[in-house]
Amino acid sequence: MSVELDVFVGNTTIMDEEVYQLWLDGYTVNDAVKVRMEGGVMDECEASKDVLLSDTMDQYRTFQMCERLLHSPAKLANQLLFQIPPHRQIMLIERYYAFDDTFVREVLGKKLSKGTKKDLDDISAKTSVTLKSCRRQFDNFKRVFKVVEELKGPLVENIRQHFLLSDKLARDYAAIVFFANNRFETGKRKLQYLSFQDFAFCAGQLISNWTVGAVDNMVEDMDEHAFQTLPSLRGKTKVFIEMEGSFKNLSRGLINIAAKLTNTKDVRDFFIDLVEKFIEPCRSDRWSAADMKLYLTHYTNSAHILDTFKHQVVWDRYMGVVKSCIFKMYHD
Amino acid sequence: MPGKLKAKIVAGRHLPVMDRASDLTDAFVEVKFGNTTFKTDVCPKSLNPQWNSEWFKFEVDDEDLQDEPLQITVLDHDTYSANDAIGKVYIDIDPLLYSEAASVISGWFPIYDTIHGIRGEINVIVKVELFNDLNRFRQSSCGVKFFCTTCIPQCYRATLVHGFVEELVVNEDPEYQWIDRIRTPRASNEARQRLISLMSGELQRKIGLKVLEMGGNAVVGYLQCFDLEGESGLVVRAIGTACTLDKLSSGSAPNTNTHMHPNTAPASNACNSPSKDGKESPLAHGCRSTHNSPVHSVCSSQRLSQNFSVSVPTLIFTEEPHSVRCRPGIFLCPSSPILSTDTLSLPGSGSVGCGRGSNPRATTSAPLSSIQSDSALLRKSVSFTEDLLLAASGMGSGGSAGKEAGPLRTLLRQQTQTALEQREFPFFTLTSFPPGFLLHVGGVVSARSVKLLDRIHNPDEPETRDAWWEEIRQEIKSHARALGCHAVVGYSESTSICEEVCILSASGTAAILNPRYMREGCLDIGCTDHRFEEPSPPNCGFCHIPYDELNMPFPAQLTYCYHCRRQKVPDVLFTTIDLPSEAAVAGKGCLIQARLCRLKKKAQGEANATAISNLLPFMEYELHTQLMNKLKLRSMNALFGLHIQISVGENMLLGLASATGVYLTALPAPGGIQIAGKTPGDLSSEHISSIQKRINDTIAVNKELYQINPPELAEEGVGSPIPEPRHRSRLFRSHSESSDELSELDLSHGKKDAFVLEIDDTDAVEDIHSLLIDAPPPTGFYSCNTENMPGISNWTSGVQMFTSVRVLRLSNANLTNQGLNKIFTDLCENLLKSFYFKLRSMIPCCLCHLNFTVAVPEEELIQVTVTAVAMTYDKEQTQEKTAEKPINKGSLEAEEQLQFPLELCADSSSSNIQTASKISGVGESTNMSPRVSSLERCSPLQEGRSRSLRSSRSFGGSSVTVVKMTPLSFLPGTRIIKYLGIINMFFIRETTSLREEGGVSGFLHSFIAEVFAMVRAHVAALGGNAVVSYSMKECVFMENPNKNQAQCLINVSGDAVICISETDQESSASTANTGQTGGSETDGAT
Repeated sequence: MSVELDVFVGNTTIMDEEVYQLWLDGYTVNDAVKVRMEGGVMDECEASKDVLLSDTMDQYRTFQMCERLLHSPAKLANQLLFQIPPHRQIMLIERYYAFDDTFVREVLGKKLSKGTKKDLDDISAKTSVTLKSCRRQFDNFKRVFKVVEELKGPLVENIRQHFLLSDKLARDYAAIVFFANNRFETGKRKLQYLSFQDFAFCAGQLISNWTVGAVDNMVEDMDEHAFQTLPSLRGKTKVFIEMEGSFKNLSRGLINIAAKLTNTKDVRDFFIDLVEKFIEPCRSDRWSAADMKLYLTHYTNSAHILDTFKHQVVWDRYMGVVKSCIFKMYHD
Repeated sequence: MPGKLKAKIVAGRHLPVMDRASDLTDAFVEVKFGNTTFKTDVCPKSLNPQWNSEWFKFEVDDEDLQDEPLQITVLDHDTYSANDAIGKVYIDIDPLLYSEAASVISGWFPIYDTIHGIRGEINVIVKVELFNDLNRFRQSSCGVKFFCTTCIPQCYRATLVHGFVEELVVNEDPEYQWIDRIRTPRASNEARQRLISLMSGELQRKIGLKVLEMGGNAVVGYLQCFDLEGESGLVVRAIGTACTLDKLSSGSAPNTNTHMHPNTAPASNACNSPSKDGKESPLAHGCRSTHNSPVHSVCSSQRLSQNFSVSVPTLIFTEEPHSVRCRPGIFLCPSSPILSTDTLSLPGSGSVGCGRGSNPRATTSAPLSSIQSDSALLRKSVSFTEDLLLAASGMGSGGSAGKEAGPLRTLLRQQTQTALEQREFPFFTLTSFPPGFLLHVGGVVSARSVKLLDRIHNPDEPETRDAWWEEIRQEIKSHARALGCHAVVGYSESTSICEEVCILSASGTAAILNPRYMREGCLDIGCTDHRFEEPSPPNCGFCHIPYDELNMPFPAQLTYCYHCRRQKVPDVLFTTIDLPSEAAVAGKGCLIQARLCRLKKKAQGEANATAISNLLPFMEYELHTQLMNKLKLRSMNALFGLHIQISVGENMLLGLASATGVYLTALPAPGGIQIAGKTPGDLSSEHISSIQKRINDTIAVNKELYQINPPELAEEGVGSPIPEPRHRSRLFRSHSESSDELSELDLSHGKKDAFVLEIDDTDAVEDIHSLLIDAPPPTGFYSCNTENMPGISNWTSGVQMFTSVRVLRLSNANLTNQGLNKIFTDLCENLLKSFYFKLRSMIPCCLCHLNFTVAVPEEELIQVTVTAVAMTYDKEQTQEKTAEKPINKGSLEAEEQLQFPLELCADSSSSNIQTASKISGVGESTNMSPRVSSLERCSPLQEGRSRSLRSSRSFGGSSVTVVKMTPLSFLPGTRIIKYLGIINMFFIRETTSLREEGGVSGFLHSFIAEVFAMVRAHVAALGGNAVVSYSMKECVFMENPNKNQAQCLINVSGDAVICISETDQESSASTANTGQTGGSETDGAT
């Protein structure tokens, strides 16, 4: 005796958020049932394991059918197959596009290619995020990347409109896309202490201050417009540095980083440079965050006192970003 | 006669990629109606094409308009090879044909392909211009409204109820034609879909014609079914109740309906007219009745071991195993007539006589073997039926002051010969009625017949099928008459087909109706009956027995009504209708199911049919026994919405009876259940007492659970302990308790002693265990299978309709009946448990209209399909309401309704033309009362009302209109302002890549979701926002996993409506009213 077929279809599609999360997390049906049983849901309504299994299967099927729609969330709102209340649609999309910080930290800055996808099982093992979930997240990144790649206009806004994501999630995706596009180096051991959120913040700064809004011409823009003049600063800065030796090194480091931004290849090393040239020295000198803040503020402002310095605007633009990135990155 | 159909193809979206190379599609559309086809331009390289076509115009007869669907095919243009079809949309344009419904169909329709499912959507606009031609009703019946709803639709009032209409059409099934061997599955499926669509259109048109002939303007309770007879063809049949409906307080209703029915008078007059002509043959219209079987007979019988034969009157079936050709009349065993002669006896005593004849040890649990050994039993049961039949005519005459059976019969014959077919049967497919309509309820009447299918030779004259149904209806009619009733309400018909064997079933509730609503000349003999002389109180009147207590058609325990103390009531009442809104109940109702499996030897043809028909009586008997026991276990005394389905498979029969149990305060309290060993000194007395204790505990728990605390309880001493087991054997002679009034008539039954179950073997123990395993719904849940949940009326807005299908494979070949029963019961119970679990977020909530359908699609497979709606309610309110409701509501409405019986008396005295006209002034207010109360019933959220301004809240902000669906006739918290027409859709889905689609479950899951989507899209295109009275008539699933294939057929129907929330309705309705009718009715409405 076996159940050959078992389906339950509601006019309003029934979805349990807990099961949805289990599905997203890549649990198999049986594992999901176990988790639910441990969660005590059985006590409600005197459910048995069979009931739970049947319910979980139904929901998994529903989610699988919805998945196609979730790939282009705009469709979810005007498709006819599932009647889902708007607030539920938002939940579905938001959760589907949510990702694990630990996972995204691993692929951040990597090329979203098939090669990377093949390595997902390693990442899965390392981060203990299930392979299924890794694939979904990776595919999400890729999908978003592919769509916004060809679009003009502000990156975050494009993502939000095309994927109907919340502002926060759209910004995170913008960061991921930005990193993937510029292939920033994030994997070095020295950078391991930085979380995705640190990078996302920096990416946000970079996007809003160093690009004119469109991803594709971002690099050129960042390089040529803003920073071609910075190398010329190199000689002049020495004049107004009235600080101790380590300060000179720090200053030189910052200026060098700025200079390197003209070169696409070197841009990738932006973060590693920040850490090596600035954050590590400071840390070894046991600066507090407050010290750091004070230093950078004064350092930025002192450029203004310099009469010969003609690139006030560019300088501010550069330092503003660098300053906030460093603040964010300066922690253990 | 002709009409102009116009269609415009606007755009498509989400089309599938048809050209792999470009990942795009070059789509164009063919629009076809009848034999005319138009095409749009090709919209190249787009998945979201904008055609914006011209208006395609079809000039057609309105007959075609009714029959044909508009067929829209979306194709992918291919320069070098044949164009690939993407999918189709069939649009039924019937809703555009009557002026009150939709005026345009416009919206996004899913493009459906029978192999791939939904593939994108297409935006279409359809309009119809009908030329007004006086002749136009000749062949077509445009203008007749159809409703699936089995009560008077919310924004209408029935001025006349004409009666039963039925029709069937047959055709060859394209699936079985020779051409099917050479065409693709897609072509075959489409041919079938189209054919069925055509046949339904034709059927509807023909029914419409009959309605017009009768002078009606609408069909309510329209029930259309398909019989897929395989080789022998395809039958589409429908039944319904013809009515003349008047629209209430609508701002937009043109008076199109008035010219259609003979009484051109506006509503208030119309309702008086029918009563005038009392002289016409008494049998004319509403008075034909069928028979019955109130359950009480089962219970009473059970008490003693004489039960078997006695109980049989409850189960009335025809068994006619058919000889090879399936023409009527060649029955192998035209059982009843022959047998009836030798067992003829007075119905009253007949039962007892029969009882004695039977094996006294064939007890409740009647093991199959013992029954089968005594085949005489079976015969007897059948003969009993015939007794009833004879008794029926006798009783009818008794009631009508001295008319003899003879004349009655002659009359009947004359009537049959002369009357129109439609008037032949006083049947009503309605299940709930305006207050005052239903006077008395006799009990359930049902008839079944086993037939052998044969190819339908001449599809144009489906005489055999007609004759089959005719026989069954006659049977029903005579059963009703045996119960002293002139009508059958809550009537329905169904079939179960396996290979060449077909079981036809019909059932209903015998009743006496208030003739006021009936057509001229339908005054019943019953109306002059003494019973009608005094008005019976509305909250208990329907329980009063319609039959003559001296000539009871079956043994029943009668007591004086616990409400009015004036009339007799039975101890238990079974019906197929909904609980009348005015009925006084205690506590809540609950779903009660009896489930049964019976193995059967595989056989062919005639032998098979005989085997099946031999099994049927036992199945019915056991189902009733189970129902009875379960009812007692819940301490209830009435069943509503009883539906018994018997489904036939190759090697087994499945029986499933569902009903909603309720405690009617007018009926006596049920006794307990007494367990007894076979012999008094049985060894296992300890065991017995433990079972007894469990039963008693269950009863106590259930009383608590369903809050059954009837006020009379204490006073009557109902709670008195169950008699000791050793007294049992004497119970039937010595009921000390029986009341004085009864002692003279009731020879063999105590008034309210316990109901005894005997344990004489292990099977019986199993049976009792199975009684007890029915788990009550978890806290916060209630369930019922009727429109209204007894005891709950304060619905809040949460509504979730769902369909669930489960198929079980019985891998164990050597199953016993008991084992099967257990499996089947578990299957049903587990389904319910699943529902409770899934819907737990809606607590407190009630599962309403739980409709179970069983089938045996293949050997070793059992399929159960359930459609129901979960609705939330306000818990706080319920509690206080239940306490007061029975009394309050009763007295309130009693006042209102006093007018009915009064008026009725006047009507029924044959010369009251003056009275009638005199009343017309008063009539205005009288007529309001049904409306008010129905309003109350349907709109429980009265306190929540606030006079907010109109707002179109019902149409949500999202780009897709939210369409609610419910199997009920109402949506809580809303009011239906417009019925847009009937939805009746048939889909086939097939796959050759079953595994890839997620196996059978994945396949069916997406198909059901697609069906829902297509229903919603059609409703939205009609401008509606809800489907009421939704039902899934058919869900036939076939699989062949080895070939990776599966096929499924689904037929759904319902009424598309526009409903607005209660609060909106307040303002809009009253403005509409004042605008139209000068405000006189507004008071009533608000």
